[in-house]
Amino acid sequence: MNASDLLQPTEHGLYCEEGDFHVDPWRPVPRAVVTHAHADHACWGCGRYLTSAEGERVLRVRMGREAVIDAVAYGEAVDVGGVRVSLHPAGHILGSSQVRLEHRGRVWVVSGDYKVEPDATCSPFEPVRCHAFVTESTFGLPIYRWPSQQAVFDEINAWWRSNREAGKASLLLAYALGKSQRLLSGLDPSIGPIYTHGAVEKLNRAYRETGIDLPPTSYAGAAEKGKSWAGSMIVAPPSAQGTPWARKFGPVSYALASGWMTIRGTRRRKAVDRGFVLSDHVDWPGLLGAIEATGAERVLVTHGYSAVVVKWLREKGLDADVILTRYEGERDDKGAEEGEADEETPPAEGEELS
Amino acid sequence: MKAFAELYTALDETTKTGEKVEALTRYFAQARPADAAWAVYFLIGRKPKQVVPSKKLRAWAAEAAGVPDWLFDESYDAVGDVAETVALLLPTPDRSSDLPLSHWVEDRLLPLRDADEAAQHAAMIDAWRSMDRTQRFVWNKLISGGFRVGVSQQLVTRALARVSGVEAAIVAHRLMGDWEPTPAFYDRLRMTDARDADHSRPYPFCLAHALEGPPESLGAIEDWQAEWKWDGIRAQLIRRRGDTFLWTRGEELVTDRYPELATLGAFLPEGTVLDGEILPWLDGSPLPFAQLQRRIGRKTLGKTILAEVPVVLIAYDLIESGGKDIRAEPFESRRSGLARLVESVNLPDRLILSPTVEATSWEGLTEAREGSRDRQAEGLMLKRRGSPYHVGRKRGDWWKWKVNPFTVDAVLTAAQRGSGKRASLYTDYTFSVWDDAGKLVPIAKAYSGLTDKEIARVDAFVRRHMVEKFGPVRTVKPELVFELAFEGIQRSTRHKSGIAVRFPRILRWRDDKKPEEADTLEGIRAMLPGE
Repeated sequence: MNASDLLQPTEHGLYCEEGDFHVDPWRPVPRAVVTHAHADHACWGCGRYLTSAEGERVLRVRMGREAVIDAVAYGEAVDVGGVRVSLHPAGHILGSSQVRLEHRGRVWVVSGDYKVEPDATCSPFEPVRCHAFVTESTFGLPIYRWPSQQAVFDEINAWWRSNREAGKASLLLAYALGKSQRLLSGLDPSIGPIYTHGAVEKLNRAYRETGIDLPPTSYAGAAEKGKSWAGSMIVAPPSAQGTPWARKFGPVSYALASGWMTIRGTRRRKAVDRGFVLSDHVDWPGLLGAIEATGAERVLVTHGYSAVVVKWLREKGLDADVILTRYEGERDDKGAEEGEADEETPPAEGEELS
Repeated sequence: MKAFAELYTALDETTKTGEKVEALTRYFAQARPADAAWAVYFLIGRKPKQVVPSKKLRAWAAEAAGVPDWLFDESYDAVGDVAETVALLLPTPDRSSDLPLSHWVEDRLLPLRDADEAAQHAAMIDAWRSMDRTQRFVWNKLISGGFRVGVSQQLVTRALARVSGVEAAIVAHRLMGDWEPTPAFYDRLRMTDARDADHSRPYPFCLAHALEGPPESLGAIEDWQAEWKWDGIRAQLIRRRGDTFLWTRGEELVTDRYPELATLGAFLPEGTVLDGEILPWLDGSPLPFAQLQRRIGRKTLGKTILAEVPVVLIAYDLIESGGKDIRAEPFESRRSGLARLVESVNLPDRLILSPTVEATSWEGLTEAREGSRDRQAEGLMLKRRGSPYHVGRKRGDWWKWKVNPFTVDAVLTAAQRGSGKRASLYTDYTFSVWDDAGKLVPIAKAYSGLTDKEIARVDAFVRRHMVEKFGPVRTVKPELVFELAFEGIQRSTRHKSGIAVRFPRILRWRDDKKPEEADTLEGIRAMLPGE
């Protein structure tokens, strides 16, 4: 990193000295610009948060009633300590943003997590021209190329239908914030009733309040005792697999929806009946396309296969570097295990409806 | 190919045998005989020899995908399988194909064997362009000779029986031996007329389950016969219409590999099938299995090896006599027929009646079993005197009652990533014990016996406690202790420790032990036979 860079990695997170604020800090700081509400990007206890208007409600669910949250519409610029800051849709989950920073003619964009295929539960990714682009690389290998989302939804609905025919419940495991709602939006409610785990239902409410259309869902915990779950769809975080909570559904077929399901070995290791390839992160072609669309001459690559992506970009003549996050150095390689934590680990707090 | 790839996916996605049989039945019910014949061939584990080595698949796919070598390697590291990496990396297909499996195999795959490299290259690129990811994966596996899927021959047999209405035992019988995957073969497989048995064919082997409880649970000892369980190659020796055939349990026809037994056939009466064990045997006692391994896999058998490692057939059972299938008769009466036969053949350096182990009580037999290792046996076989010769592994009548394995406590000193299902996890371990100088010396490599949870914990440990890298191997801080089991132990000049162990595996993680408490080489040497 150069001393003149608009952002510097510090022990608290990416710091903008000119404006005296952090982007997605991992420790509490006085002023945080937050790309989205996932736990590894939004940390508890900051003095003030700046986020998109679209993401305000979900961030509130995660950061608590006391948090001071400033919301700004996509594309609308605000001045933070002399730096012009605006947020632009990242297409990852509801309210997810890329952060655009402008100071004395230099433009930096931090993408946070993003994906380029549009879906019904958030504003679609929008390329932003910049000098320096900070990108994720969770799926930064050419083996990761997503099938179209509609094809995956069709597979999921077909799986649900065949479970219903076999008298089984369908238990679909997905991250509670974002992935779950995206899946819900693709389910065909004519097949059967849809239930959710408390962690999912709480966020469904925030999604609906923000104006996102989801099919009717019921909180599974509120169902009467002795109910038959055959033919139902239940959406729950992956931690629910094999728990006493999941056992009450009787005969059940498990499925997991994740980008990691691309690889046969990972599918088999997860011990689910079906693995659907669906990710809220950008795939390899999407990543390269997004980088190109920014027109950036400098690319800083973070969490995921950052070394691979940097090497590839350098071979293409770009000025690319790995930008250190707190995850770096803990492991000699960055692989499925790390991204899994990001995509698949359920939220630590608020498992049940309060 | 599409239907076969779908079948592959269905079989791969479930671990439940019921669902597997269901998927197989669905496939066979709709498949044309030409395709079904090949499907049977592949599913039961017969495969065409490698047509194109995976090294070439790799190079051609990387080129077609526009991916440099280093990036292919990175991708391979994440996937752990060349055929799959290739399938994932290639560009999206620009067309789809409904060509059947038999076409792909007969008109595309087999001709490639004699094609030059340029033609192979062009054919592969063309094939890939019309296949989705699963089809490519299956195709790549077939091409590189590595096709495997998680079904047993028994499940395939069950599905075929269900589809054809033919008894499973008859289907199993027809699947044995030498056959070509043709439509005519598939039709024969499903024939309800069962008088077809080709005279070369062995019977499905009757297999035993491991006895887990105490032998008393089997009831009165008088109902049982005990024999030594030998460590050789299970085989059937067939004499029909003046021909001799020797089949191993792996369904390999090995008549030519054991000339001693091939010539033995001429001494057997017409219409005889013996079940027994091929054992290396010299001067009246068995040689270690390692000696037999010197013969396995050799293309030509010279005079020296035949003199150094001669084999005998230890006869266990008589299942066809006078051209009649007598598998349904009680074991006792088959055994007396066998005894008379062995006696009349009278070639004690070729054919030996499996000796029985006599005892009047289970305690007595338990004691006798302790002598297994001194005879190079793995334990005892218990057979119910009234039992038929079953098809496959049926519970209840035949039990293998092995002596307890050797066990040692050893320290994890190095680890390597696994492949396939375990790619990206450190799952292949090297274990060491303390030598006379107080240093850790490797004693065994093992990669099974831990739960997925334990594997994840060991994996995390390896990542945090790496010491050095040697290629794919990472040495780790000696801290974790595991109890290992193994079946046999021998001196070895090829191993640094001076000993070689057979079938090592992890029994359990000894959380309670410190590395200092692991076993010593001296202690292990004491287990060597004759010490």
